[in-house]
Amino acid sequence: MDSNGVGETATHIRQEIASLQKTKAQIEDRISALQARLSSCSSEDGNEETNSSAPRHTETTFSGQLSADMIYRYSRHLLLPSFGVEAQANLLKSSVLVIGAGGLGAPALLYLAACGVGRVGIVDHDVVELNNLHRQMTIKFGQLNTWTMYNSYGFATHTAKCLLQIIHTEAYIGRSKVESAAAACRAINSSVQIVEHKEAFRTSNALEIMRKYDIVVDATDNVPSRYMINDCCVVLGKPLISGAALGLEGQLTVYNYNGGPCYRCLFPTPPPTTACQRCADSGVLGVVPGIIGCLQALEAIKVASAVGEPLSGRMLLLDALSARIRVVKIRGRSLQCEACGENATLTEQKFRDFDYEKFTQSPLSTSPLKLDLLPAEARITSKDYNDRISNGETHVLVDVRPAHHYKIISLPKSLNIPFTSLEQRLSEIPAALAREKDNKTDDASRDASLYVICRRGNDSQRAVEYLHKMGFTSAKDIIGGLESWAHDVDPQFPTY
Amino acid sequence: MQLTLEFGGGLELLCNSVKIHQVNVGTQAEGMKQLTMKHLLSWVRTNLIKERPEMFMKGDTVRPGVLVLINDCDWELSGQLETVLEEKDVVVFISTLHGG
Repeated sequence: MDSNGVGETATHIRQEIASLQKTKAQIEDRISALQARLSSCSSEDGNEETNSSAPRHTETTFSGQLSADMIYRYSRHLLLPSFGVEAQANLLKSSVLVIGAGGLGAPALLYLAACGVGRVGIVDHDVVELNNLHRQMTIKFGQLNTWTMYNSYGFATHTAKCLLQIIHTEAYIGRSKVESAAAACRAINSSVQIVEHKEAFRTSNALEIMRKYDIVVDATDNVPSRYMINDCCVVLGKPLISGAALGLEGQLTVYNYNGGPCYRCLFPTPPPTTACQRCADSGVLGVVPGIIGCLQALEAIKVASAVGEPLSGRMLLLDALSARIRVVKIRGRSLQCEACGENATLTEQKFRDFDYEKFTQSPLSTSPLKLDLLPAEARITSKDYNDRISNGETHVLVDVRPAHHYKIISLPKSLNIPFTSLEQRLSEIPAALAREKDNKTDDASRDASLYVICRRGNDSQRAVEYLHKMGFTSAKDIIGGLESWAHDVDPQFPTY
Repeated sequence: MQLTLEFGGGLELLCNSVKIHQVNVGTQAEGMKQLTMKHLLSWVRTNLIKERPEMFMKGDTVRPGVLVLINDCDWELSGQLETVLEEKDVVVFISTLHGG
């Protein structure tokens, strides 16, 4: 590659980037601290938080409802005959809690903040990771410069000139998703009160957090959270805007609204855990949760402003691949529902004591499953495996991940037999072992050893368990799979 | 009887990743006067589901977490397993999603 000048080496550039990033992080910390101070000042004054650099026009209200700044900011809403001043005023008085600041929550938050919901709460315990950024972006106004323009009557109007960026930005990697999302929301609309709940949503804190809001948006990614949020909404009588996305499909509906059904009316029994796929395992096209998240914001806006027909008793199904959206009619409130039915006995205390992980047989945290099926002698660490192959051990490495995972990245000379086809392709293993043995003529007496690897070390254990049954008693799984290889052996090895 | 069957939310993976199936479900051979959802489910299980049938059915009905829609309406509204199907009906089986 071409280099300009002697001093400009890659190392120098990297150093400068690192130093600039550090300064940037410091400035951002300072901004968040100041914003927090500003919001506490405003709440003491009993005023809405305003843009600090804007002249304080905001307290003057016309027509008794909206200030001049608000009329200007929300003018396009006010111009809608079916929305107008009344709906906007309802919105400004409302509060929405968004649970989950990920693929669904990020776009929902953007629009909720921008449209002028009075108070927006964000709950998430997670930090921003690089592999979130394809879908969990919220728009950040990098610079919010206000300048004054004079209209033909000589009155000043204020316009914000905004520089659009996308966040959770790379600068926020490793930092809390709530902080990142809150900074973006404040930047887009400083007149909205943003409340940060940097904690996991659990039965122990759910009631206290949710009680302070009018409407709840479920933007989580797992089954126990969905039952827990539903039940909390039923106990507290809050409408629930529920969205979900996976792969190339999305689903949306409004629960517990105006006599309509709740989540448990539809799904009294939790699905088997094998039917609960996660985006981290099955993948998701970033724009799909983006669409569903925006639709969640839309439904929340309709409920908050009391316009239109919220999607209650109906469900929207999005099939992105075939570009089809269908809205179907779903059952009404079930009289037998254990949460909201006639004889339901759900109370705040019962809710606090309910074990949602046990009920759904799946964990609330999204940390991946860690199986422990095999005895220690049937397992090997990635480091030990590396030592053995570095010493030239004759072996076969079977990678049991699905073929499309194997295509992303694999270890050299590994043999891909996906776990689901292991049974029918079993004969390939003795063939590969025999081939390896033949190749090493110097030590012909020794059989080739057999190792099995997968992404995280669960399927490899299942595979080894099966291989032992089929007579390959020396098969070993590599503990922690390719993730441990990347972590402990080769930091350059890509993870996904 | 000509029916359109659709699978979504991951259920299509159980039928060779094909989402839409135009099918002809016989009623005469079995001596049935009418075709109910109960019959259709067992027909689907025999003729369309290629793997892991337990991901589609539990007992004689669909497993928890699967919504059944007949002509875009929840089958709860038409009598679930007892719903009588008619020519050209569209039946959708959809697994609920939880990701986000």
